[in-house]
Amino acid sequence: MISVAGKRAAAGARRGSLASSAPTLTADQKLALYYWMRLTRSLEERLVALHRQNKLVGGVFRSLGQEADAVGSAFALEPGDVVSSLTRNLGSLLVKGATPAEVIRQHMGTADSPTGGRDLGLHFADIERGFIGHVSPLGNMVSVMAGVTLSFLMRGERRAGLVYVGDGATSTGAFHEGLNFAGVQRCPLVVIVENNGYAYSTPTRLQTAAARFVDKAVGYGVAGDRADGNDVLAVYDVTKRAVNRAREGGGVTLIELMTYRRRGHAEHDNQSYVPSGEVDRWAADNDPIDRYLRVLLDREKVDESAISAIDARVQAEVDEAAEQASHSAAPLGADALHGVHADPPAAAALWYR
Amino acid sequence: MAEITYLEAIREALFEEMERDPNVFCLGEDIGVFGGAFKVTDGLRERFGLARVIDTPISESAIVGAAAGAAHMGMRPVAEMQFIDFVANAYDMLTNYVATSRYRTGLVCPMVVRGPSGGYVHGGPFHSQNPEAAFLHTPGLKVVAPATAEDAKGLLKAAIRDNDCVLYLEHKFLYRRIKGSMPAGDHVTPIGRARVARAGKDVTVISYGAMVWKALDAADQLEREDGLSTEVIDLRTLAPLDDEAIFISLKKTNRVVIAHEDTRTGGIAGEITARINESCFEWLDAPVLRVTAHDVPLASAPSLEEFILPQTADIVAAARRAARY
Repeated sequence: MISVAGKRAAAGARRGSLASSAPTLTADQKLALYYWMRLTRSLEERLVALHRQNKLVGGVFRSLGQEADAVGSAFALEPGDVVSSLTRNLGSLLVKGATPAEVIRQHMGTADSPTGGRDLGLHFADIERGFIGHVSPLGNMVSVMAGVTLSFLMRGERRAGLVYVGDGATSTGAFHEGLNFAGVQRCPLVVIVENNGYAYSTPTRLQTAAARFVDKAVGYGVAGDRADGNDVLAVYDVTKRAVNRAREGGGVTLIELMTYRRRGHAEHDNQSYVPSGEVDRWAADNDPIDRYLRVLLDREKVDESAISAIDARVQAEVDEAAEQASHSAAPLGADALHGVHADPPAAAALWYR
Repeated sequence: MAEITYLEAIREALFEEMERDPNVFCLGEDIGVFGGAFKVTDGLRERFGLARVIDTPISESAIVGAAAGAAHMGMRPVAEMQFIDFVANAYDMLTNYVATSRYRTGLVCPMVVRGPSGGYVHGGPFHSQNPEAAFLHTPGLKVVAPATAEDAKGLLKAAIRDNDCVLYLEHKFLYRRIKGSMPAGDHVTPIGRARVARAGKDVTVISYGAMVWKALDAADQLEREDGLSTEVIDLRTLAPLDDEAIFISLKKTNRVVIAHEDTRTGGIAGEITARINESCFEWLDAPVLRVTAHDVPLASAPSLEEFILPQTADIVAAARRAARY
């Protein structure tokens, strides 16, 4: 029996490596897409290495094989736009200005990390740079981003928001309430469903009886679109269309990106529930970076030396970031009392403790 | 100055804050065109337009989540729960997201979640609840519960101006039953400060919300029938609790009764008792006594509700017990 994900792997292979054209992108921008995907993968590989050395707090959640989703979609945003990333959207955060050093520090829980050791992984935010990390209760960020983009409407700003959910999060009440609310208010919001085949160990067919997540757009009365999530140019195109629609008053777009999660939920997960050969097929036939490399080299006639230069730059940046983070200290325990509220600035400890 | 009702005081605070700050807006179910289930927001739409008085789908989680997102961007949302009972549907959003946001990521949530709480109106299990204890237990949320019309206005203005999320529990029993004269000018009641609703020297009754009025009735009765001088503390803010006001009164009377409408187990009275135990044990001349609802869902039949909820006679009996201990 071939699994749903397996069928999708075959479909992806049939599609081959020819990506859509994304005609509006310059040559430099097309190289930038490669840079961000390569940086995402290399930075995650470094996080895995640090994890194995017991230098991190908490787990590492890979986006291996999904880098095109995060990078291609975030690349379609303008500087004033706000993105709410999810577990496998390191690439989105990097595109929006998060630095590799702060990503490593965040995973180490250091005092100088974005959250000062108060939260893990990609759960961090910087509204100035335009990104809001997710929280573990899935789907919540759809409502939060409905509010973020509602503020754009109320102030007459031509800004848009982008929020990601996985196939699993579409089952939550928060996803439903947030998408419905944003649809009614015609918020300038793009909701991307990254359909990667699994929510932890649960395959998509146990998550929903719907054949396609994009069909849910009809039920919410919003625009719907669907793209090959492992084709970075197609992801860029579909997101750009939706962002433009949002900016022009066209309201919400629900986008389904078809992709595949090649690692477990986190590094501890051995994927025992995945049919044999499925991961290997996707790795061999449908890796987003491999596919895009072929586009750059064969169709765009990019010189191999330009690719090598990006690879070297990424390697140097990741090395430098890890070196910087290695000098960071853990937060002081008593710092934990600060910052629950603006006023009072610190919580009181009990007098005899 | 003419007196206005508790409900009108809430509305006046909303009007004044929306006039003062263009970032303030309201969202909730049936609050715009209809003016709210209790007409608290009546007239707001005509003055400020539907863009700032937003009728939402029946989605408490999205109402609170969207308020948080707007608050991140510098807005000052006031979210209405049609009945505060339904805040349970937004429990995840309030506790996991809103309450932790500043602490975790530095993203601020200056917002108010307000709604009619409390019983004595035969509303039954889903229109009478007192949800404060769950949120008192959540670091990152502030909780206020005005007992007077003056505080209904002053605390709401303070809540809207606060830089964090404030859960504002307005008591539906008080909406049209009590009135007050609003102080002139910009009337703001500071969050975190209790008030002495009635001064006394023999026994202290600590309360909040509609129970404050029963405590005052009880104090009258105790003075009349027993010659007991009862001090009544109106907490006004439940989180953060005003420990100092509680301890000052306790050190004066040495006997404390805590009266609240919420159920007993896990209620706020237990927390206050623990604080007194930790900090003022040697000042006590009697055990701290609780007067609360019985630990059952709030039934709708008047005879059942009257039995379940604490009444003035229960406060009188507890104060007598404390006084003669």
